Amino acid sequence: MYRYDEFDKAFVAARVAEFSDQVKRRLAGELTEDEFRPLRLRNGVYLQLHAYMLRVAIPYGTLSSRQMRKLAHIARCYDRGYGHFTTRQNIQFNWPRLVDIPEILSELADVEMHAIQTSGNCIRNITSDHFAGVAADEITDPRPYAEILRQWSSLHPEFSYLPRKFKFAIIGAQTDRAAIQLHDIGLRLNRNAVGELGFSFYIGGGQGRTPMVAKLLHEFIPVENLLHYATAIVRIYNLYGRRDNKYKARIKILVHETGFGQLREDIDVEFAALKRSERYDLTLLQADIEAINAYFCTPDLENHPNGRDTLVSLRLKDQAFDCWVDKNVTRHKHPDYAIVTISLKAIGGIPGNATAAQMDIVADLAERYSYNELRVSYHQNLVLPYVALQDLYAVYNVLVASSLASANIGQISDIIACPGLDYCSLANARSISIAQQISTRFSRPGYQEKIGEIQLNISGCINACGHHHAGHIGILGVEKKGTELYQLTLGGSAGNRCSIGEITGHGFAADEIVDAVETIIHTYLSLRIDHGEPFIDAYRRIGMMPFRQALYGTADKTAAE
Amino acid sequence: MSVKRCKTGKKEEGLKVLTANRLIDGRPVWYSTDGNWSRDINNAAVVDNQQAWSCLEQVGRKAMANNEIVDAVLIGIIEHEGKLYASRLREHIRAYGPTGSCT
Ligand code: SF4
Repeated sequence: MYRYDEFDKAFVAARVAEFSDQVKRRLAGELTEDEFRPLRLRNGVYLQLHAYMLRVAIPYGTLSSRQMRKLAHIARCYDRGYGHFTTRQNIQFNWPRLVDIPEILSELADVEMHAIQTSGNCIRNITSDHFAGVAADEITDPRPYAEILRQWSSLHPEFSYLPRKFKFAIIGAQTDRAAIQLHDIGLRLNRNAVGELGFSFYIGGGQGRTPMVAKLLHEFIPVENLLHYATAIVRIYNLYGRRDNKYKARIKILVHETGFGQLREDIDVEFAALKRSERYDLTLLQADIEAINAYFCTPDLENHPNGRDTLVSLRLKDQAFDCWVDKNVTRHKHPDYAIVTISLKAIGGIPGNATAAQMDIVADLAERYSYNELRVSYHQNLVLPYVALQDLYAVYNVLVASSLASANIGQISDIIACPGLDYCSLANARSISIAQQISTRFSRPGYQEKIGEIQLNISGCINACGHHHAGHIGILGVEKKGTELYQLTLGGSAGNRCSIGEITGHGFAADEIVDAVETIIHTYLSLRIDHGEPFIDAYRRIGMMPFRQALYGTADKTAAE
Repeated sequence: MSVKRCKTGKKEEGLKVLTANRLIDGRPVWYSTDGNWSRDINNAAVVDNQQAWSCLEQVGRKAMANNEIVDAVLIGIIEHEGKLYASRLREHIRAYGPTGSCT
């Protein structure tokens, strides 16, 4: 894992000192709320319905046991004993007191964490593949490049006041597990014909009120030019992105309004100028890349050739364990190891929430069985990236004892959901209670397994933090005549075949939406070719009509509206 | 710095209380009958006419200027069996907390 150097330490410490002073001045009345708001937002502090909310960055979703323990400590000592892992691989604390936040930030700095770039119109915390460095299908670990981008973008003076927030995601594998085409810039590491490493650049993706799938801007930019090209894009966006209307300020709108060809030309001109520039040399030197790579080396994994046999016999003996391995364990690049996804989606629970005790337990597991390392996925689950096959049963038993052994990854109860109206000041409707009802509805033994692989996402407003546009089934909460109403979308997808869901028709009341979801599921079950055809494939084959017919008694779009 | 007026349901348009978030910890508070900011909506001073609304707005502006609270807003309220309920779900959740458990 990356460790702070002197520069990182100094700048985080300076930021803690600066913000502590700002909080002090605010509490003393020397700063008004209007003056203070942008300052607190730059430090991840929001004011929500019940309290301040502090969002802490987990760069590219990687953290150590020590850091996780610190998060547990903060949850316990400064909050209400839990934290919420978000759809951008961060964590949010829902109840801190403003007066305590400087101390919390100082505690976080002790373990090389902070809340910078978790809010505001800057380049936000960079997200990545939660299986980075361990996935069997990986070309190369994307995290060193995510770290380079973090260092480049952190408090970048030119990019601190962009027209709007700006999000990067980066992957280094065949499978897109980071939804790169739903980001302002999505990066995919790949190799050219002669084996050199470079990036495919996608731009203009995003969700919110104008969802768009990013387009491929450049197939191959050599790694040494990563920062040239990233700078060129963000610079052009900074120059031409709209500042007159915040709903039209994201780069996706610029791509749309300027035209893709023209924008690519502008970016290429800037790219060429940056490469020529002697004053502003952004070339990534091999030695620098190697220095960062060294932080992300795979630990010396001991061989355990008997692990596979042990695992096979334990799976035969314990059916629940067998099911958990089937759903929550992924193939590792080392044959004697596995990647364990710890579900934070207990039936009837709040997606992404973990108690302080659970965080401590997961930190202990990482320390004992996963070389001290953990990941957070944007699906709001946790990952142990290096578990020996022979240790899986021990890990599983600890998870069972801690209510963390839900065997539901990729199932209908593995719901992505934002905090919604239970916490968020921007929300129109609740997300959590709908997620809880849905996971409960589908919880009877065998039901989820019968349905198979599916992604259901819920957002409490059009900002789409719950990625509803990218859900195979998406639910968007809106407010209509003072009550909650839920709009359904079908066919969204965040992976390699990225797509935006299509609205089924008119929305459903809070007490109807779970039935509506079940109607969709029944329709799918009755029309799929066989158990091997997942929901999204069936939807792509048969389209919206049968679902609309089942929901509204008409296949006609206008009539269903 | 101004005090906002929240949308209200038609029937309850007249009944309003003043709410805000406390500066120090962000907790929702309601301006109460004893002239303090209470954590309990049921202690809120309920007013039902333009003149009283204006008075509450003034109280809100002053408390914001004194850095006691932020985001003061007048909200619609319903009285039912001696208890106060906000007209909008958002405000109801602010008053009575998140609707589910924490995990
Ligand atoms: S989608 Fe809306 S309700 Fe949900 S967290 Fe984002 S802003 Fe809040």
